[in-house]
Amino acid sequence: MTHSSSPPAPERSPSGSAWQELLPPLSAQEATVEANRCLYCYDAPCMQACPTHIDIPTFIRKISTGNLRGSARTILEANFLGGTCARVCPVQELCEGACVLGAEHRPIEIGRLQRYAVDHVQERGVQLFEAGPGTGKSVAVVGSGPAGISAAAELAKAGHTVTLLEKRDLAGGLSTYGIITLREPVEVAQREVEAVKALGVMVQTGHEIGSKADMDALLESHDAVFLALGLGAVPALGIPGEEHILDGLDFIEQAKLKRDQLPVMGHAVVIGAGNTAIDAATMARRAGAEVTMVYRRTEHEMTAYRHEYEFALHEGIQFAFLTQPVGVKITAGRVSGIRCVKMTLGAPDASGRARPEAVPGSEFILPCDTVIKAIGQEKPVLAEVLGLELEQGYIKVNAELQTSLPRVWAGGDCVRVRGSASTVMAVQDGKMAAQSISTMLGQTTDVQLTPEFPAEVRSHPLYLAAHGPEAQHG
Amino acid sequence: MADLSINFAGIRSPNPFWLASAPPTNSGAQIHRAFEYGWGGAVWKTIGPPVLNISNRYSGLSIGGQRLLAISNVELISDRPLEVNLREIAEIKRLWPDRAVIVSAMVDADPQAWRDIVMMIEDTGADGIELNYGCPQGMSERGMGAAVGQVPEMCELNTHWVTSVTKLPVIVKLTPNVTHITDPAHAALAGGANGLSLINTINSVMKVDLDTLQITPNIGGRGTHGGYAGPAVKPIALNMLSELMTDAGVVGSGAPISGMGGIVTWRDAAEFILLGASSVQVCTAAMHYGYRIVEDMIDGLSNWMDDKGFATIEEFRGHSVPQLSTFGQLDLGFQAVARINPDKCIQCNMCYTACNDTAHQCIDLYTPGGVQVNPAISGPFDPRMNGKEVADSRPTPKVREGDCVGCALCANVCPVDDCIEMVSVPSDRPHVTWDELSAQRTPVTQQWDAMEAYRREADIEIH
Repeated sequence: MTHSSSPPAPERSPSGSAWQELLPPLSAQEATVEANRCLYCYDAPCMQACPTHIDIPTFIRKISTGNLRGSARTILEANFLGGTCARVCPVQELCEGACVLGAEHRPIEIGRLQRYAVDHVQERGVQLFEAGPGTGKSVAVVGSGPAGISAAAELAKAGHTVTLLEKRDLAGGLSTYGIITLREPVEVAQREVEAVKALGVMVQTGHEIGSKADMDALLESHDAVFLALGLGAVPALGIPGEEHILDGLDFIEQAKLKRDQLPVMGHAVVIGAGNTAIDAATMARRAGAEVTMVYRRTEHEMTAYRHEYEFALHEGIQFAFLTQPVGVKITAGRVSGIRCVKMTLGAPDASGRARPEAVPGSEFILPCDTVIKAIGQEKPVLAEVLGLELEQGYIKVNAELQTSLPRVWAGGDCVRVRGSASTVMAVQDGKMAAQSISTMLGQTTDVQLTPEFPAEVRSHPLYLAAHGPEAQHG
Repeated sequence: MADLSINFAGIRSPNPFWLASAPPTNSGAQIHRAFEYGWGGAVWKTIGPPVLNISNRYSGLSIGGQRLLAISNVELISDRPLEVNLREIAEIKRLWPDRAVIVSAMVDADPQAWRDIVMMIEDTGADGIELNYGCPQGMSERGMGAAVGQVPEMCELNTHWVTSVTKLPVIVKLTPNVTHITDPAHAALAGGANGLSLINTINSVMKVDLDTLQITPNIGGRGTHGGYAGPAVKPIALNMLSELMTDAGVVGSGAPISGMGGIVTWRDAAEFILLGASSVQVCTAAMHYGYRIVEDMIDGLSNWMDDKGFATIEEFRGHSVPQLSTFGQLDLGFQAVARINPDKCIQCNMCYTACNDTAHQCIDLYTPGGVQVNPAISGPFDPRMNGKEVADSRPTPKVREGDCVGCALCANVCPVDDCIEMVSVPSDRPHVTWDELSAQRTPVTQQWDAMEAYRREADIEIH
């Protein structure tokens, strides 16, 4: 808290709304020009950097030729949630971060081009895929976030009967409830739910799997189960007055779906410095609050992406680093501040980051009207109830995403013991799990990536000259 | 500062930049404005018999969002009354005595018709006449324009009718829609032409609209061929200019050539002059950007001439012409190889796929650790790598120089300036031309077994 004057008002969307998507859609002309800037790299690094390996040069080339349906198909074949990923992916870290033009020029705006192509078909309700010929097998998918929808779509395309169970009122998981509208409007997530329904997937909302008995019943009536449970609520801080602190994810959900019920906030303090904390802070800011983010380490250790941190600064969000909340100050039954102590950085801890240590006698009160916490999410509680083997609280899976229970797979944030939880990784999990399930259910892949030539062709000198000697074995 | 002034067959102008006979030179008011911007001359839009124009007369070629890489037009000659044009020509020449005012004309193939229009042009005080034997559309069906330019006898006869009655310099504008550009050039010179200009527009059908299935431009449900011009035609124009500049008859006549076809910047203009043009004419670029582009044309050419130490246009005009050769005159012993500058390479690997698929398979890819890889058959991607890690682990292309034939495809597909350089390397091959080989060892150029023997003898390995 170093600024005495009011921070500048946050930037508005092009429409002037504080809540609409920040990035406007590309116009046809903009998309064509941007698509033509793409070099169409050979063995393109963007494609490799995308966790779902979308054939990016191909979809961009299709935009440049005006083949938007073909472009969307290229995207959605590799990533059924291409519309969401186009908006929420940390493209600077992934595809755009790998773009060969990034070093000397401006990388291609891959995310916005992807959004252009996918929106083109999804805004028109065009469905590009069909359910495969029936296999007679049935699969239940628990949880309708990105991992669940991705798996359900791929399983339906493979011809299985798929039931997608969702405990909440709306399907879509974090895409629906947890991504701020500045990045993804609810409609985009709902279009993806519609797309999975169009494949014949039965989506049952308000249906919670809460016990071992529920799970047994699912396994009784289905050939396989895919768990895409996500994670839980924001964990407790364990400080006095905790009951007055808002859960960051609940707050984001409210800002997204029940904006009129948002509390009036003069000065909001957000505890945490991850991407979700910045999202919560952004929403509070857009709701008119002055916002201070409180973090016990410094900007160098914060887990939010650099571009998110810069965005927060641009929004006029202030940061109190090396500050640890120790209690909520209540005056006349209402929050009037947060008690904090100053920290200093000591030796590195188990995470490799410098361990923050309290400075004796440094306690002070940061006056505020609202406190929001966003310091991560609880591990999936259900995992333990179901008797699944765990790894640091996450569901333990093998490379095929199989859990310790037979016929049960899991993917998405609930298995993300390593790496960072993200929508695109969840989508890839769903895809890989669906493939593994299909294989387990006796389906052989009928799509050959490279045509299988007879041996006499593969040993022919012209074939060897065309592909190099290694091709014989490949 | 360099002197940009020119004297084209007696027509003087302060710089070599003339507006071509076309929509930009349609009226006195337009040319007045163009001269204010600094154009050295203007060839008035062709005057001649009465015409009626149609709507949707232009159609542009866009590639990758870039507009007007070429334009096709079905506009005819001036549709303004003859006396209005003549009056304005006289006024412009009086107001701008230092600029070149040239009048383009086209009439029926009749000596009296030519005599009449020439007399009217002379009365305006204009500096010269350009005979429009080039328009490929509309007028050619009436026996004018390209219909004259495409038949050498007609070209000579019509030119003669003009040159025999006027003392003004006469420029004949050639159509590129012929097999040999030198044939109409010879005819024009035989008819007494004092100068030549080229190229006029090329016959073209621009496109078909894939929504409506209509030919574009759609003229009331019909389409027709038009005259094609703009940046995309420049290499064709440069070649035709080269053909004239290496033709003994044309060069021997001493007739200057006004070059045009796709000139957008001073750079394009300098290329035309280096290949022998005495003035240059511009149309499409002016139609795209307006008359204002001439400021940079003058400024840029002048600065470039200063840098190169050329004081006048004549000092570098035709400088590159002596290099023009036939294939048979090229040194078969010349060898170049591609060298990729690893510091500039951005690892797009466009060169790799171009060479591997469509050239001579002599570029390999190496990981940062120096291991040769073939991405086409390498394993699946590692989804745990982030973009920066992927970028850092990209394989880099490297040329196997021993196998490189020096075709230069890679250097042309590379998106980074000066990253791939074609380097001339010492060659053990005999420095002999095909013509010499044909004369000295005829069987080598006629029979495969003799060629094979020659290759073995000369140690030429075809990869």
